[in-house]
Amino acid sequence: MSTFSPRKLLLAVAAPVLALVVAFLVTSAILLLLGDPVVEVWQTILSWPKPRQLVQIVNGATVYYLSAVAVAVGFRMNLFNIGVDGQYRVAVFAGAAFAGQAWFPGPLNVLLTIVVAMVAGGLWASIAAYLKIRRGISEVISTIMLNAIATGVVQWLLLKVAVKQQGSNTISTKPIPESSQLSGLGLIPGATNKVYTLILLAVLVGVLYWFVINKTRFGFDLRATGRSESAAVASGVKVPRMVVTTMIASGALAGLIGMPLLFGQDHSYGTTFQAGLGFAGIGIALLGRNHPLGIAAAALLWSFLDVQSNALQIRAGVASEVVFIIQGVILFAVVIAYELIRRADVRLEQQRVARELSATRSDAPTPEGATA
Amino acid sequence: MANKDIGFKVRKGTVHAIVGENGAGKSTLMKILYGVQRPDEGTIQIDGREVHLHSPSDAIAEGIGMVFQHFQLADNFTVLENVVLGAEKLHGIGEDARAEIRRISDDYGLDIEPDALVADLGVGARQRIEILKVLYRGAKIIILDEPTAVLVPQEVDELFDNLRELKSEGLTVLFISHKLDEVLSVADSITVIRRGTTVDTVDPSSVNARQLAELMVGAELPTPQTEESTVTDRVVLRTEDIVLAGVGTGRNVLDGISLTIHAGEVLGIAGVEGNGQAELVEVIMGMREPTSGLVFLGDTDISDWRTREIREAGVAYIPEDRQRHALLLEAPLWENRILGHQTEEPNVRGFIINAAGAKADTERIVKEYDVRTPSINVKAGSLSGGNQQKLIVGREMSHQPKVLVAAHPTRGVDVGAQSSIWDIIRQARRDGLAVLLISADLEELIGLSDTIEVILRGRLTGTFDPDTVTAEDLGAAMTGAASGPEETR
Repeated sequence: MSTFSPRKLLLAVAAPVLALVVAFLVTSAILLLLGDPVVEVWQTILSWPKPRQLVQIVNGATVYYLSAVAVAVGFRMNLFNIGVDGQYRVAVFAGAAFAGQAWFPGPLNVLLTIVVAMVAGGLWASIAAYLKIRRGISEVISTIMLNAIATGVVQWLLLKVAVKQQGSNTISTKPIPESSQLSGLGLIPGATNKVYTLILLAVLVGVLYWFVINKTRFGFDLRATGRSESAAVASGVKVPRMVVTTMIASGALAGLIGMPLLFGQDHSYGTTFQAGLGFAGIGIALLGRNHPLGIAAAALLWSFLDVQSNALQIRAGVASEVVFIIQGVILFAVVIAYELIRRADVRLEQQRVARELSATRSDAPTPEGATA
Repeated sequence: MANKDIGFKVRKGTVHAIVGENGAGKSTLMKILYGVQRPDEGTIQIDGREVHLHSPSDAIAEGIGMVFQHFQLADNFTVLENVVLGAEKLHGIGEDARAEIRRISDDYGLDIEPDALVADLGVGARQRIEILKVLYRGAKIIILDEPTAVLVPQEVDELFDNLRELKSEGLTVLFISHKLDEVLSVADSITVIRRGTTVDTVDPSSVNARQLAELMVGAELPTPQTEESTVTDRVVLRTEDIVLAGVGTGRNVLDGISLTIHAGEVLGIAGVEGNGQAELVEVIMGMREPTSGLVFLGDTDISDWRTREIREAGVAYIPEDRQRHALLLEAPLWENRILGHQTEEPNVRGFIINAAGAKADTERIVKEYDVRTPSINVKAGSLSGGNQQKLIVGREMSHQPKVLVAAHPTRGVDVGAQSSIWDIIRQARRDGLAVLLISADLEELIGLSDTIEVILRGRLTGTFDPDTVTAEDLGAAMTGAASGPEETR
């Protein structure tokens, strides 16, 4: 019996598949109830995307992936960083303001901006970490509050540094110099648009996340704390320090979320910058079970649904917001399914252990000569 | 299969004991009787009528009540509130309920005041509330799961008086235990379970404890018996006047604890639970900062060291609650082997977890310490309590410890595992280990210790020589009674 038994794989895949089926049924039922064209909706969503849309899907997934990994780091030690949204805003604003100054040439500017963004995200997250370990304030509450504060702070600072764009009401930070803009990778043939260069950053983050969590001592302490804080304490883990480190790591990763958008698309931070990415990350991390590949699959699915729903209004005459229902139901279903499957797994394994032990016992001669 | 071919009959108005090793299937049987788990085959009959129990509420409806080992009471509620919780429909939550509780308490001699706050009550009283709870819900058959595990001898006697009272009122009591003397003293009939099947049902007057234990394990009865003293004069662990202030203005949880343990010495701490033992262990292990006082390992002051440094320095630790403090239940055995020794060979190489090394060493522990498991990849939570504990003991003994801090090392484990854990402690003692043994099992303390200290309300109140002390003397000292009770088994 190995760690990668077919049984485990089956159990791992069963829940998301089940959740997708449930989401399909529930959404269909809602559409039917409201008299919307069910068939057209699914035809639109499930049609094979055009190359241009494929690029959009991959790009969307890249950003989602970074967001979900930022959340997942906390989840692995039962730390609910709901504040990824605020952290990425603060970070991308700091990064954009820094990059716009063009103090450093081309690629170096990109690298240093990424560092600035990570530091900004980490610092913002450290407020919640401090409140948790010094004042015992739940990180869920404090990060939600900090999200609201982040919105205000960034808006206020933006007004101070903003340049007005010609012929529009939007304001933004100073655009980054052309030498630091990343034009993208032509990965998908036939598409006029390009995949974010910083997809490479997402891949790197995924590999590092896997390595640190699964292979290092720090990762072991982190997972042990997540599974049982009391056992971790008894084993010598300094839990407050773990809370601070993990929260800051999560915030620093959140700082990366806006980078592909900043360098590959927007080139500045302004009022039109994509919002809500941090919240999507929570759902995607849940769906992907905090696993580096699972999150990738979940991020692609989320982005796929986003992009495919754009055409709903035109092709099926249904508001594209119907996709939120699908995404929401998937999440509900998957959380329930995971818990059911986890319990089933525990029970099955207990039974299997008992069965295998009783089998080996009856095979073995009983030295005591016991009579039953 | 946890259980197969379990068959026994319980007569109305008797105390029927079920004994067996942990992992023998007692808990599974209880779950089936209480409707938590459904049997794959077989039937349960009450008064000759077959019943199907799908849930605890079915069991309650059939008049089966369960008193769990761990009390399920809200401390900040009164007795009345605890009793009516979830059973508000029976007699309301007011005067009727209060009258009913008084009636039950008087009828069965439970001596419970409905308006007392649970937080103010002792362990014995809490247990009686649990019994009252099931009676209140109309139970005619009461299942008690290891009810004496948390009681001192005097309280055990009181409990047994209560059980006899229940019996005389025509109720039926199913009493699960592995303390055989107790079973023999209170039961009218004893069913022995081994490896998921009923071995025999015997009459307590026809067997003695040794015969019963042999039925239970199919082997000879282990006895904790120290050999000649191995105590040296080399001090290994010493605490100096440890004080831990209570929350708020309450009395100190630990009040001037000074201990000395030498190489080759087992120092036993006897005490009713909640008198500071857990806190003392946490202070020594660096998990809790004392208000004042010092801890020395050899000549080194380790008072300010963190848990990890203390463990690295050679203090092995068997926590009192293995599920909460010693294991990651949902992690495989080999990851549990790493737990507590995340910085030590063979678990890590630098900052990287050495999975291969940890796995190989887990295989060794499984073999050497007889951990019964099909594989080192199964989750720790899938093993029985005894096997979990053997894994923990094996892990802790694998890093050349100088000191072993063992809190209730054989609590809730089967007789087989118990005797092998005792053997390991004895062997370690011969090899010059200093052992701090905290236990509620007085026979274990008397049998293993070189010295016994009694802890009461955070103070060490007496030193006893295990060769001359009796369980009753210890019990009296533990409760602070001036002299021991006269009546013994």
